[in-house]
Amino acid sequence: MNNFLGNFLRRPEAGAVISLLIVAAFFVIFGGVQIDRFLGAASWVNFAANLGIVAIPVGLLMISGELDISIGAMIPAGSMTVAIVSGHYGLPISVGIIATLGLGVVIGLINGLLTVRTSVPSLIITLATLVAMQGIILSASVLLTGNASVPLEAPDWAKATFGILIGGSYQIVIIWWLGLAAVYCFFIHHTPVGNWLFAMGGDTESARNAGIPVEKMTITLFVLSSTSSAFVGMCGAILFNSAQVSGGMNYIFNAVVSVVVGGVLLTGGFGSVVGVFLGTITFAVVNQGIYFTDIDRNWSSLIIGVMLLLAVLINNSFRKFALSYSPSKK
Amino acid sequence: MVHPVLELKNVNKSFGPIDVLHDISLSVKAGEVLCLLGDNGAGKSTLIKTLAGVHKPSSGTIKMDGETITFDKPKDAADRGIATVHQFGGTFPLMSIGRSFFVGVEPVKKFGPFKVFDRKTANETAVKAVQSFGITRIDDGDRLIGGLSGGERQALAIARAVHFGARVLILDEPTAALGVKQASHVLRIVMEAKKRGIAVIFITHQVTHAMAVGDHFAVLIRGALAANFMRGERSREEITDLMAGGEALADLDDHMEPSSNQSAAAASLA
Repeated sequence: MNNFLGNFLRRPEAGAVISLLIVAAFFVIFGGVQIDRFLGAASWVNFAANLGIVAIPVGLLMISGELDISIGAMIPAGSMTVAIVSGHYGLPISVGIIATLGLGVVIGLINGLLTVRTSVPSLIITLATLVAMQGIILSASVLLTGNASVPLEAPDWAKATFGILIGGSYQIVIIWWLGLAAVYCFFIHHTPVGNWLFAMGGDTESARNAGIPVEKMTITLFVLSSTSSAFVGMCGAILFNSAQVSGGMNYIFNAVVSVVVGGVLLTGGFGSVVGVFLGTITFAVVNQGIYFTDIDRNWSSLIIGVMLLLAVLINNSFRKFALSYSPSKK
Repeated sequence: MVHPVLELKNVNKSFGPIDVLHDISLSVKAGEVLCLLGDNGAGKSTLIKTLAGVHKPSSGTIKMDGETITFDKPKDAADRGIATVHQFGGTFPLMSIGRSFFVGVEPVKKFGPFKVFDRKTANETAVKAVQSFGITRIDDGDRLIGGLSGGERQALAIARAVHFGARVLILDEPTAALGVKQASHVLRIVMEAKKRGIAVIFITHQVTHAMAVGDHFAVLIRGALAANFMRGERSREEITDLMAGGEALADLDDHMEPSSNQSAAAASLA
């Protein structure tokens, strides 16, 4: 039992589990939450699913030692693309979907190639693409449609796949999130590719000397994060039958908080998909769960701030614990 | 005639107008320890980077087993069996022993259509490899590299290189950051690698460490080979003088040693 606890505490997601428990306990004790009503609530699950699809690739980038904040522009870019192509111009939805994901791939390639080819930190590169993309979305939308909000009528099959409410309140992206998380989890923790990722974050130069295709991996990760963001934006547009130019900026901070609470080391080389998954849930519970409590919702940002600090401190001490761990002498 | 495993002939290296290596000719045989001595800035790092395929020599040839070779990238040198171990050994402090041991060459097992990282095999192989070098304290492949001592990290890195078929082992200041006891562990591992018939190039500026394991010594001064001699041909004082560029540093040692002897004597009297 002791050994089990020790093994658990040394894992990167330990901090996320503990923060989640603390937040839940706090809400139950001080907020008067009815736990059964809360667990089944769609609001935080929907929120977590949309955020989670973006947070996992952002977390993987962070493990590899990079950062992508252009996700903030890629989410509205995704929804606007599908709405302009299939809504305004009336092309088949499949064309809209391909265009949206294609845009994600292109922006990811730009981010990735610039990061690999220049020595500019990816934070600055993606900050540039973030601002540039915002400009492009707004001007393209006004230029092409004369409006900053575009309606979209998606056919049934597209609705059923990307934008339906299951049981009247659960968004279909929840299924996508769970599926994608499982796929990421498999690749990162159980295949050689995952090992490469951690090696890249630990020491890029040594990883390259060990024969790991560092450049290809980095570019792929940027493509994943920007395509995932475009995907989330597209699902939103299909669900709500319209797309707006604004929005998405919150995702930058929300994703980074989720990833860090989930135990990913900001400087790379340490973290886990399960950790990011749990970090996302924790964040969603604080952000949306506050409505279920008697606590005034304006306090939620304070709770998130405190939780972020606590989680980072917990993660730091657990990491030290993991580093100094050695099996006891027999 | 048996060719040396690795041989340099008249190798020059310059970066633009700056000459870093002048006319270096060196060779190292299987089962031999070549100690490369030199002060900071003498060109040791450039020389080992040239051997490891990071730099290309501006002129001159590198031969392996008598055959002229060129390395376009570090991977080429690694494929030929030239392995470099850096001062801090395990470079992935937050990875487990088993995982970092196999970075880039992960063992896999089939899982349906997928190839899955075989953690059990990785851990067992890594632990066995490092234990065969006499470091029996490492027995759990799930431990993180960052939790190992400096000497253990060096041992692990050397064991890794040997496991993957290194024929030439370049050790870049392996003892520089270590305490006396840890350093002696590393020196013992160097002897073990030598016993296995590996050609070792041992870079250091600690003459005593070099004297302990070296068969063959080369002193670099400002990019040129100032001396090249076999074990027993020079004294420790001569080598220290050479490294310092011929200045009488050994004299300084002599001045220091009697005084420290005196203070030791004084301490024992008190």
